[in-house]
Amino acid sequence: MSETSLVWAIRSGDESAMATLYDRYSGLVYAVALRVLGETGAAEDVLQEVFLQLWRNPAAFDSSRGNLGAWLAVIARNRAIDGLRKRRPETDIADVVVSVEPDLAGEAERSRALEKVRAELNAMPAPQRKALEMAYFEGLTHVEIAAKSGEPLGTIKTRIRTGLQALRQAFEV
Amino acid sequence: MSAHPQFADDLALLALGTLQGDERVAVEKHLEGCAACRRELERLRGDTALLALSASGPAPPQRSRERLLQAIAQEPRAQKIPARRSSWSIMPWMAAATLLLVAGFFWKQSDRLAQRVARLQDESTQRQAELERAREVVSTLTSTDALRVTLVAAQTPPQPQGKAIYVRDRSSLIFLASNLPGLPPQKAYELWLIPANGAPIPAGVFKPDARGSATVIEPPLPAGVDAKTFAITIEPEQGSATPTMPIVMTGAGE
Repeated sequence: MSETSLVWAIRSGDESAMATLYDRYSGLVYAVALRVLGETGAAEDVLQEVFLQLWRNPAAFDSSRGNLGAWLAVIARNRAIDGLRKRRPETDIADVVVSVEPDLAGEAERSRALEKVRAELNAMPAPQRKALEMAYFEGLTHVEIAAKSGEPLGTIKTRIRTGLQALRQAFEV
Repeated sequence: MSAHPQFADDLALLALGTLQGDERVAVEKHLEGCAACRRELERLRGDTALLALSASGPAPPQRSRERLLQAIAQEPRAQKIPARRSSWSIMPWMAAATLLLVAGFFWKQSDRLAQRVARLQDESTQRQAELERAREVVSTLTSTDALRVTLVAAQTPPQPQGKAIYVRDRSSLIFLASNLPGLPPQKAYELWLIPANGAPIPAGVFKPDARGSATVIEPPLPAGVDAKTFAITIEPEQGSATPTMPIVMTGAGE
C-alpha cells in the first residue's frame, strides 16, 4: 500500500494501517531517539509519543510534500532533544515540513541511503562531523559547540550548514 | 543553496532547532516573506533526516508495538467527541461557542492553505520553466526542419551513424541516427538495449526519413538496467521480441 493511502487510512481511523506504518518506521524512530537519549525506556516513550501524535493528528503530515519516514525522523529527533534538554516541545508538528530526495519507505532504499550518508560522514573532516553530530544528536547550540571546541562561532555555523548540504549533495547525482 | 546568503547558516541551525534569541527572531521574520528560504529550510530539515539514518541501532522491543496498538485502540479520535448529557438551557451558548471554534478553526486552516498555495505557486513556476527548457531541447532534437550535421574526417563518404543517450536511473533513452540506408518494404529498424546480464531488450522500432535520419525518444524500458551495448537490427514493421541477425549497427558506452 502506498504511503499516501496509508495516511488516508489512518485519517479514517484504520488501526491496521497504523500497524503497517509502525512496522515500516519504528526502527528509524527508535534508533534516533535511542542515539539521542542513550536509554531504552526513554527512547520507547518517544517512539510511543511520535506514533500517537500521528494517530491523533494525521493531517499534520502533509503527504503531498514527501516522505513520511523523513518527517517522523525529524519529529522523533526533536522530541528526543526536548526530553534530553528537559524542555517543553516548542513547535507544532504541523509546522514541520520536510523535503528530502531519497525515498525512505522501503528497507532497501533506506539501507542504500544509509550507505551514502555513512560514506559522506566518513569523508568529512573530523571537526565538521563532530560539530554536526553535537548539534544533531546532542542538541547543542553553535555557542555551546564553539565553547567546547574553542573555535569561532562563525566557523561552527558554517561547518554545520555545509555539512548538512554535503549530505544532500550525495543524493544529487 | 539559500537565496539569501546572510541567512544561510542560521537556516541550518533553525532546521536543527538550536537557533535562539535575536538571531532566531530575525530569521523567522525573514521566512514569513521569503518562499525561497522557506523551501531551503524544508530541505535542510530533510538533510537532518538523512543524519537520522546514521543512528541505526537495535530494533525496538516487541512490547512497544503492543503498547502503541493498545493505546490507539483505546484512544478516542479527535473527531469522536464523547457525548454529554444535554441541557436545554445551555444550548444557545454551546451553539455560539461551537460556532466560534469552527470559525477559528477555518480561519487557521485558511491561513495554512494560503501559505501552502504560495509555496506550490513558487514550485510550479520553477517546474514550468524547466519543462519549457526540456521541450525546447526535445523539439530541436526531433524537428523535421532541423539541419543535422555529422562531422567526419574529410574525404570519407557519409557513414550510417547512431547516437544513444541513456540515463539508467531514469530509464530514459534518446536515440538519434543519420545516413541510414533505406529499408525493404514492411521492414523497420529496431533498437536494442543489450544489458550486462540477460537478453537484449527492445528499445523502439523506427524508420528513417528520406534523408536517412531517425529518432527514438523515451521508449518504454524496464527500470534501472545497466546497458552494455546498443544495437540495431532489421525487423518486421511491427517489431520483434528478439533480434533477428545480422546486427547492422552496434556501439558500447564510452
